[in-house]
Amino acid sequence: MDKVMSNKWIIALYVLPALLFIIAIVYVPIVLTGYYGLHEWNGIGSMTFIGLENYSAVLQDKDFWSSAGHSLILAVFSTLSLVLYLAVALVLSSKIKGSNVLRKIYLIPMLLSSVAIAQLWMKIYHPTNGIINTILEALGFTNTPEWLANPSIVLYALIVPIIWQYAGFYILIYYAALKNIPSSLEEAATIDGANAFQIAYKIKLPLAMEVIKVTIVLALVGSLKYFDLIYVMTNGGPNGASEVMASYMYRIAFKSYDFGYASAIGFFLLIICLVVTWIVRKLTATKEQIQYS
Amino acid sequence: MMQGTIPIKHKKTSQYNNSIISKIGFGLLYVVLAGVAVFQLFPLVWLMFFSLKNNQEIFNMSPLALPTNPKWENYAKVWNSGNIDLYFLNSVWITIAATAITILVASLVTFAITRMKWKGSSLVLGLFMVAMMIPVHSTLIPLFNLFSKAHLIDHPLSLIASYVAFNMPITIMILLGFYYTLPKEVEEAAVIDGCSVHKIFFRIVFPMTSSVLATTGIINIIYNWNEFIFVNTFISSDKYKTLTVGIQNFIGQYTTDWGAIGATLMISILPILIAFLFLSDKIVEGIAAGSVKG
Repeated sequence: MDKVMSNKWIIALYVLPALLFIIAIVYVPIVLTGYYGLHEWNGIGSMTFIGLENYSAVLQDKDFWSSAGHSLILAVFSTLSLVLYLAVALVLSSKIKGSNVLRKIYLIPMLLSSVAIAQLWMKIYHPTNGIINTILEALGFTNTPEWLANPSIVLYALIVPIIWQYAGFYILIYYAALKNIPSSLEEAATIDGANAFQIAYKIKLPLAMEVIKVTIVLALVGSLKYFDLIYVMTNGGPNGASEVMASYMYRIAFKSYDFGYASAIGFFLLIICLVVTWIVRKLTATKEQIQYS
Repeated sequence: MMQGTIPIKHKKTSQYNNSIISKIGFGLLYVVLAGVAVFQLFPLVWLMFFSLKNNQEIFNMSPLALPTNPKWENYAKVWNSGNIDLYFLNSVWITIAATAITILVASLVTFAITRMKWKGSSLVLGLFMVAMMIPVHSTLIPLFNLFSKAHLIDHPLSLIASYVAFNMPITIMILLGFYYTLPKEVEEAAVIDGCSVHKIFFRIVFPMTSSVLATTGIINIIYNWNEFIFVNTFISSDKYKTLTVGIQNFIGQYTTDWGAIGATLMISILPILIAFLFLSDKIVEGIAAGSVKG
């Protein structure tokens, strides 16, 4: 048995295809991103080594910091909205009829492409014929806002379709976690006289904590690398008011053809995502130890 | 006796109050849940409505009006003009090819990691798990350069290779859970009967995983169908574009014809919506399983 199942050639044959894909298309490129960042390079001509010049320039680049700030705002709102999703999931998981159908309905937008979602919401936000302003005008509002053309509201207008897209996803995850909690715990608490809020706060939330932490990582990292929807809806505009890190990198690379500088931005994006994941995981780990001790 | 009855009475009234309050409470909760459902569905219903109207109906009549005498010609018009049919076919075959390769290659490596004995299997597994945290954008410029050098820019192979690599970790992760639950006796019996490893994998284990393969397959199909940034970056000629980028360019030309735009968007999302209608349980299962990827 062991002899058959430890044949080196067969193991190599089974492992190498997947390994080659992941190394060639994920690991080699991230190393190269860091390396390209050390060069001045327009993507076509020859590369000139300039040391850490690009990296220090990124750190002093106002546009980069402003796009990082926008990414941070998205990350904060995405993480805060987890509270709403959790509340909906708590309600949904408590003996509600039709919860199965409801959570499926909630999930539908998550299945659509960001491009379709972006195009649809551009129509929803359309200043004269969009559904929002049509309703506002019907209610008697004049001077309805140009949602995507106004620099002071565009970023917040973008948060709504983002919530629309991901709400069902997070509700689904929370629902699954809450349904995993044995109902005997809830019954015991009810007999002891606990009300629904106490059961939710004292029993369900602590037991779903692991999943909640995972979703915080997902929401934070997901928003830090947010791209598709913003690229299609506003392309970072008006005047950079909705530029995020990934769209800024993309603009520098494929519009300005400054591949060296864009690579340095891409490398920072990588570091930021890994560091945020690591920090949240680290916080998770300490909390866990406290719980068990 | 008296002392006994009073608390009982008291309890009864409080139960009575509780049930009214809980009924009102439940009613309110339903209103909230239904409100969320309306928020999630309303934009899509509105889209479906305006995809069946002409501009005059869209702009001059209530946006909530049903499309009386629906303009199916919107769909015919966009399907026949502007390459939407071509983009659609590209999306179909690229999605299927990438999904098939991902599932096969991921199954092979998952089998080797969970069922075979070798040093470094946990290291290899770690490589796949860490890859899940790497943002696509940080690989974009080197991939563009590598594919250019390999003459694969503006070639569907660049898309398929990227989709396979970036969906591999999540696919392996979903498969792992299933492979760990398969009893060891399966291969033990097969080895005693003199089966080769290939036979064990292809004839016995792989067919046993068909239900989890369906789950991972659906997740891969959704991701690949909706993928945008790789197509947008690697593909420039119309004949290889997929729907996401295709509709993006197409809509750019039709900025004022809302019916045509609506029909284009509906065509791009209908396959996924139809799949959801029939396979919603598998899709929910797959998304829940894939969620842990953070």
